[in-house]
Amino acid sequence: MSFPEQPLKQTPLNAAHRALGAKMVPFGGWDMPVQYRGILEEHRAVRSQAGLFDVCHMGEVEFRGAGAMPALQRLTSNDVSRLQIGQIQYAALTTGAGTFVDDLTVYRLADDRYLTTLNASNIEKDVRWMREHSKGVEIVDLSEETGLVAIQGPRAVEILQKLTPVNLAGISYYWCARGTVAGEEALLSRTGYTGEDGFEIYLPLQRVVGLWNALLEAGTPAGLVPCGLGARDTLRLEAKMALYGNDIDDQHTVLEADLGWIVKWQKGEFIGREALVRQKADGIKRKLVGFEMVGRGIARPHYPIVKGTARIGDVTSGAPSPWLNKNIGLGYVAIEHAAVGTEIAVLVRDQPVAARIVQTPFYKRAR
Amino acid sequence: MYPADLKYSKEHEWVKVEGTRGRIGLTHHAQHALGDVVFAEVPKVGRTVKQMEAFGVVESVKAVSDVYAPVGGAVVEVNAALESSPELINKDCYGAGWIIVVEMANPKELDALMDVKAYEAFLASEGH
Repeated sequence: MSFPEQPLKQTPLNAAHRALGAKMVPFGGWDMPVQYRGILEEHRAVRSQAGLFDVCHMGEVEFRGAGAMPALQRLTSNDVSRLQIGQIQYAALTTGAGTFVDDLTVYRLADDRYLTTLNASNIEKDVRWMREHSKGVEIVDLSEETGLVAIQGPRAVEILQKLTPVNLAGISYYWCARGTVAGEEALLSRTGYTGEDGFEIYLPLQRVVGLWNALLEAGTPAGLVPCGLGARDTLRLEAKMALYGNDIDDQHTVLEADLGWIVKWQKGEFIGREALVRQKADGIKRKLVGFEMVGRGIARPHYPIVKGTARIGDVTSGAPSPWLNKNIGLGYVAIEHAAVGTEIAVLVRDQPVAARIVQTPFYKRAR
Repeated sequence: MYPADLKYSKEHEWVKVEGTRGRIGLTHHAQHALGDVVFAEVPKVGRTVKQMEAFGVVESVKAVSDVYAPVGGAVVEVNAALESSPELINKDCYGAGWIIVVEMANPKELDALMDVKAYEAFLASEGH
């Protein structure tokens, strides 16, 4: 059996990326910019000034009706009932085994209306799963008509404030508000995937180009630069934010991923709860840890992690840290070797290179 | 972007003939495609490499790439500066960003490489 090759999808900003000199790569079925001027420069701009990201490829799915809250309570590990209107939470969309169908953010937009934001490559799978495992709720996939742009960095708020009458200082981390930005109706969400302050701005897809250009124009004097997926990846790694397909997947549980804080045991039944309760009682056998390279070498996904001659795990993410100037990574290791300070080695082209398990996140912004 | 006095491989290495020796590095196209080079692993002096054998590794933030020997021979010099400054491969790929020098085992191997016109045509044919 053969499948016809799917053409890559393009966001409305495709031509803008090319005009800015972006290097384009396929990502999750999309033709996306991996870098413009360079990953190191873009990464440092986000840590010191601000960066602008096209994240239109992400999925947006709404849950509507009286059944919305109960459905999300059953589908996700976090406690949706705690959300006030305008509040956001990070959660796992769990399998029966307590592993990840996906990770997502859940927004409470109104009494009976919630928005979930999904990874681009998982949209179809997630929507199918959500519909199969819920009832009495309207699940609306708005991915094809919703645009999403992120502005991140210490100067992001100041730049965005120039374009909106909404008092951004009044929106706390993991809260959102509706308002106009550059004259367009949008949802302003104080969230991100970089470890910096900033906003993610949802608006109709056909309005994205205007917003992108307005933000670049308003932000360039303050050091705002367009950033590709390359910098997005190194930024999120320094902040130890998990990447689906690398650090989290349907083979590792939420507890193994060290995300126990998004599992709310008291909220009642949810998919995967039983498996997680059992695993918590038995104790996890492996855990996602952060490490830094002590020897000379860069860890990459799938490289083996060893202790002496014993293989104790695998790297799931690894890269040079452009801000900390060392080589860092994440990986699952056997629980008896998972303590901070443990000396390990990563096999780089079959040669052991010394590494050490360290506290995470690798980078935490000053607040 | 592609000096006329070099010979080029299909893996985007260049070699500059210096008497019986060949100085080897990556082309502008290669360094540009990689992006910021953050790590270079070079062989030890004395190692013998065959033509088109992978003799080293360069890594950018996102990618790991082998470097192939456009001509074979004994490695007589390596660019030690790359250990602390791998970005020289981006900044000066035909100068300070050279990688190794080999004492050529068989200078006839140069005939298998492309001159600048052929290399530019090769890049065009690959859509670059």
